[in-house]
Amino acid sequence: MGGVGLAEELNTSSACTEITFENLLQHPKGREILTCIQCGLCAGTCPHGDVMAYPPRRIIGMLRAGLLEQVFKSDSLLACVACYACMAKCPRNIQLTEVLLPLVKEQVFLRLPELPAELHKALENTLRYGNPTAESPRKRAAWAKTAGVPIRILAEDPRPVDVLWFVECQNSYHPRGQDISRATARLFHALGVDFAILGNEEKCAGECARLLGETGLFDTLMDYNMAVFSKYQFKRIVTSGAHAYDAFKYQYPDGFKYTLEHATPFLSKHMDSLKPRLTRKLEYGVTYHDSCCLGRHNGFYEEPRMLLRAIPGVKLLEMPHNRINAICCGGGGGGMWLDTYYKSKGYERLSERRVKEAVSTGADVIATSCPYEITRFEDALKVLGFDKKMVVKDVTELLSEAMEG
Amino acid sequence: MNILVALRMVPDVVEELEVAPDKKWLDLEFVRMVLSESDDHALEEALLIKERQGGKVTVLALDAPELDDALFAALAKGADRAMKITGAEKGVMTREAAHILARVISNEPGLLPADLILSGTQAYDDLDGLVAPLLADELGLPFLGIVTNLQADLSVGKARAVKEYPGGVRGEFEVALPAVFGIQAAEKPPRYVPVAKVRAVMKSQKIESVPAPAMEEVGLSMIQVLEMMKPQVSGHAVMLEGPPQQVSNGLCGILAERGLL
Repeated sequence: MGGVGLAEELNTSSACTEITFENLLQHPKGREILTCIQCGLCAGTCPHGDVMAYPPRRIIGMLRAGLLEQVFKSDSLLACVACYACMAKCPRNIQLTEVLLPLVKEQVFLRLPELPAELHKALENTLRYGNPTAESPRKRAAWAKTAGVPIRILAEDPRPVDVLWFVECQNSYHPRGQDISRATARLFHALGVDFAILGNEEKCAGECARLLGETGLFDTLMDYNMAVFSKYQFKRIVTSGAHAYDAFKYQYPDGFKYTLEHATPFLSKHMDSLKPRLTRKLEYGVTYHDSCCLGRHNGFYEEPRMLLRAIPGVKLLEMPHNRINAICCGGGGGGMWLDTYYKSKGYERLSERRVKEAVSTGADVIATSCPYEITRFEDALKVLGFDKKMVVKDVTELLSEAMEG
Repeated sequence: MNILVALRMVPDVVEELEVAPDKKWLDLEFVRMVLSESDDHALEEALLIKERQGGKVTVLALDAPELDDALFAALAKGADRAMKITGAEKGVMTREAAHILARVISNEPGLLPADLILSGTQAYDDLDGLVAPLLADELGLPFLGIVTNLQADLSVGKARAVKEYPGGVRGEFEVALPAVFGIQAAEKPPRYVPVAKVRAVMKSQKIESVPAPAMEEVGLSMIQVLEMMKPQVSGHAVMLEGPPQQVSNGLCGILAERGLL
């Protein structure tokens, strides 16, 4: 794979035609924004609300006053980590994270005199290599050889399959993400799931690009992935990426008719056959971090907890901010590539805020279900000197560990 | 201000490089090509000068895989005209590349007179950084290489640029225009161009194609590649693992064995 340039892909383009900045106030979803009662709950619940010049409430105020250009010229919205906290709390149910903020962010993005360097690289890499970290697209499936169980790659064996497992970038390339992939593969195999991956044909789903306002990059990735999906026959897509789940569910076009699941809730549906296999006792105190996409945006609060409770010996401890109130790890909406920028602005690192809370529960493990969180929390634990006290494990890793007894 | 920027596609080292079966060059079937980073800086410098002083920026390059993407990106960033030189033999060396560029620049309408001709300083396949000086020689123009902070003043027909020397010493140079410059780094990192803008440019603008002059007119390099090879693995690091006592015993054993204790 690889080598297909943007110029060649353009012919297959089918950009999203939905709500745009131009039709905002003509569109029913856009007009909802005007029902805002300026209560400020959005700004109060925003993890960066204290440092943002224009939190959602103020953006709507500026929109009403016809002063949005000032918001566009400020880089304030780069602090939005697309965590859905404002949207989840809005008493008027205004689609802030889904509609208003990406539209405003796109305008901010187009006017930025200079992109923060790491973000710049991540976006260029995603366009060129299909992943943000400039890993070789030809090595995307290299981890599969180390899985210990057979993994079918559709390009090599295109027979119809039940589950098309969309692994995503972090879990394909990052060593800790690959741990998650190996654990997931072992679980699927043990449960007798008929699954296959796209291998080197897979590219980033593009969710962050969309929420960041880089809609051209998002459209390019979407067109590409939709074309690859259409080559194969499968019953459902199961993805390990919480952000990929969101991209497919909310951002891909109406043509995305596939049954979609995220790996964690998908595994919880196999509880009857999974539970008897969880024979090894893990004497851990575990606190579960609700990922923004899985939790607030999709309401999968209980599925991961149910899986953790099924592991013998695990004691589940809750952080003060859990479920709808969970604090974002700071990686969404492009935040994954803005740590240096946030630091230069003097913002607190959200992953550090989160692990302080996790450590305060007395747990040994912070369990996650979004690939970004592993590295963000591991870094935060090291920075704060908590790395001897607590480890970060994906729910699938804990399940796989409990299966080996 | 009329600015020409010579761009060059180089092997992308994110991918593994393979040597071709004849061991004379890289396996071009396998390699991916990317715009040379140093040329990206030359383009940025040209765009910054254009933004400050007005003018026209033309980018040109020898055809290569994925060149269209690089040229459309250059147009989206603000270049006015993009030109690819097609039909040159694969794997042309530095001297032929410079000669082909010089012929095209001299013969194609609208390229000369140019005030500034920019290129990068080095490329993966031109470590000597000779394309720009050879191009200057062929065009009969002065050359100033490995420079930053290029400032052109057309009213006096001169440009100034800075060269950095070892020990942090800097030298400012002045040269009469037109001239060829090898840009070491632009004043700002090369800009990001939103993909939507590139896609729009692909629909609205064209890349001009110019045939390369015939090879017999170009002449052959006096330098031949004897063999291209990958480095041979000569040794391995030994990782000592286990409890500290075991690791220290292992380490002492190795040191004693080599007569170092």
